[in-house]
Amino acid sequence: MKALVAVKRVIDYNVKVRVKPDQSGVDLANVKMAMNPFCEIAVEEAVRLKEKGVVSEIVAVTIGPKAAQEQLRTALALGADRAVLIETDDEVQPLAVAKLLKGVVDEEQPQLVMLGKQSIDGDNNQTGQMLAALSGFSQGTFASEVVVAEDYVKVTREIDGGLQTVKLTLPAVITTDLRLNEPRYTSLPNIMKAKKKPLDTKTPSDFGIDLTPRVKTLKVEPPPERQAGIKVGSVDELVEKLKNEAKVI
Amino acid sequence: MQTLVFVEHDNQALKGATLNTVAAAQAIGGDIDLLVAGHSCAAVAEAAAKVVGIRKVLVADAAPYAHHLAENLCALVAELGAQYDNILVPATTTGKNFLPRVAALLDLQPISDVVEVVSPDTFKRPIYAGNAIATVQSLDAKKLLTVRATGFDPIAADGAAAEIETVNVVHDANISSFEGEALAESDRPELTAARVVISGGRGMQNGENFALLEKVADKLGAAMGASRAAVDAGFVPNDMQVGQTGKIVAPELYIAVGISGAIQHLAGMKDSKVIVAINKDEEAPIFQVADYGLVADLFEAIPALEAKL
Repeated sequence: MKALVAVKRVIDYNVKVRVKPDQSGVDLANVKMAMNPFCEIAVEEAVRLKEKGVVSEIVAVTIGPKAAQEQLRTALALGADRAVLIETDDEVQPLAVAKLLKGVVDEEQPQLVMLGKQSIDGDNNQTGQMLAALSGFSQGTFASEVVVAEDYVKVTREIDGGLQTVKLTLPAVITTDLRLNEPRYTSLPNIMKAKKKPLDTKTPSDFGIDLTPRVKTLKVEPPPERQAGIKVGSVDELVEKLKNEAKVI
Repeated sequence: MQTLVFVEHDNQALKGATLNTVAAAQAIGGDIDLLVAGHSCAAVAEAAAKVVGIRKVLVADAAPYAHHLAENLCALVAELGAQYDNILVPATTTGKNFLPRVAALLDLQPISDVVEVVSPDTFKRPIYAGNAIATVQSLDAKKLLTVRATGFDPIAADGAAAEIETVNVVHDANISSFEGEALAESDRPELTAARVVISGGRGMQNGENFALLEKVADKLGAAMGASRAAVDAGFVPNDMQVGQTGKIVAPELYIAVGISGAIQHLAGMKDSKVIVAINKDEEAPIFQVADYGLVADLFEAIPALEAKL
C-alpha cells in the first residue's frame, strides 16, 4: 500500500526562540531550520512499515517556501521514494494546509497518511484531524504504536490518563507522538541517493485552494517572566516558609 | 451570543477541565450550554446540570459516542454546533482529537490552547512551546476553541439546577472502533487537577527512588509528576510527564526534585502558584523560576522534608 507523509520546515528545536522587538512574530532571520521533530517520527514510521513489507511506496509532501525542498530531501534520504513540494511564501494556516493535502490525497490515493501530531512552531495540533475529516478517513492521533493489517490499522494513542487502542478502517490518517519510534540518522550514501529521487513542485493554485488566513496574529510577545525567588538554607526553613509565608501547606 | 461547551468525562464523572472551559466561555459572554456526549452517561448529565452559570445541558447518549471516537463525535458536534456562535472544548487529548475534525466539517479555522480571552473574537495562546504568546483574532463567523485549563480559574461545580435536554442524534461513521485502554490506576489526585504536585527528574537516578517522593506526596495529598528526562530514562510511565509534550499543570504548590529545569519542563509548570526546587546543582535553571530553592542532595532533603510534614 502507498503511504503519504506530510512534513514541515520549522525552526530547529535546539534554537532559542526570540520574539521580534516589533511584536510581529518570532525572529526567523538566519536561524537554523529543520524538519519538525514529530514529522521526522512520521517519516521513520513509514520507512519502518516499508522495511516490513507493509508499505510499498512512500510519498513525502510539504507546503512552504522553495527552501522547504531541504526537508523533502531529508525525507528522501530517510527512505521516502519521491516528494512533492507545494511551493508558497504565504502563511498557510492549518485548515488551508489540510485542504492542500486533501488535494494530494485525491491524486495519490494513499491508504495511510502519516503526519506529526503538531509542529513545534504553531503548536496547533490540527492538520491531521482536519485532513481526516475532509477526506472522510479514520484518524489515529498521538500514536505510540501502529500495527497495520490488510484493511485496518490498530493505533495505540497517548491519551491523558494513559493509553487507548483504536481499530481504524483504511484509509486512515495517523499523527505521531514522541514515543512512536526514534528516527534514524541520515547516512551520507542515502543523502547522495536522495538527490536523484524525484521531487515535483506544485503551487496552491494547482489545487484551487483559497489560502486567505482565517486567523489574524495581532501581536507576539515573550511570555511573562517569572521572578526567581530566594534560596533557603535548610529543609526546616523551607517548611517554615511554605507554612507561614506562602501558606500553601 | 450562544456558546456550546463540551463536557469532558468518562461516562461516570465530569472532569475538572470542563469547569475551566466554562470559565473561558463566561469570559466571552452570552448564554452557555453544555454538551454531554457519551454512553450510559446520565450521572455526568446530572453533574453537568449543577454547574453554575449555564443555561441547559444537552445529552447525546448513544453507543457510538461511548469512547469519544472523533469520527462519530465530530458529526454530532458539527450538527449541534450549527446554531451556536462559539464551540469550546477543554484542550485535553479528547478535545484536541475531535475539535479540528468538527472545524474542517464546518470550514472553520479553530484556535488551540487558548489561555486568555481578550475579547469575544481575540484570544491569547502560547506558541513555540510557550516561548512566545500570540494574540490572535479569529475572522471566522464561529469561534472554535480548545481551552487550556491552567489559563482559567474553574467555576463552581455545584450550585445550580439547569434543564437537561435529550438529543436524539446518532452518528456512527463506522470506520473506527475502540479496542481497549490502559489507564494508570492511582489513589492520588489527577495530575492536572491536583492542588500540590511533586515531580522527580533525572536526579532521582531510578524508578525505585520515586518511592521517596511518594511518601511526601502521601502527606501532602499531592499528585506525582516527572520530567521528560525521567520518563525517557524509563524511571516512570509517560503519563506522569509534566512539560510541553506532556501534561500542563498549574497547582498551588509545585515541588521539583532533581529536575534541572529544561525549557520543555518549565513550559508545563511555570504557571504554578508557588514553585519549590530541590537540586544539588545550584546552577540548575529550575532555580530561576523557583520561589524557594534548596540546594541539597535530594536523598537527604526528601526524607527530612517528609519527617517535617
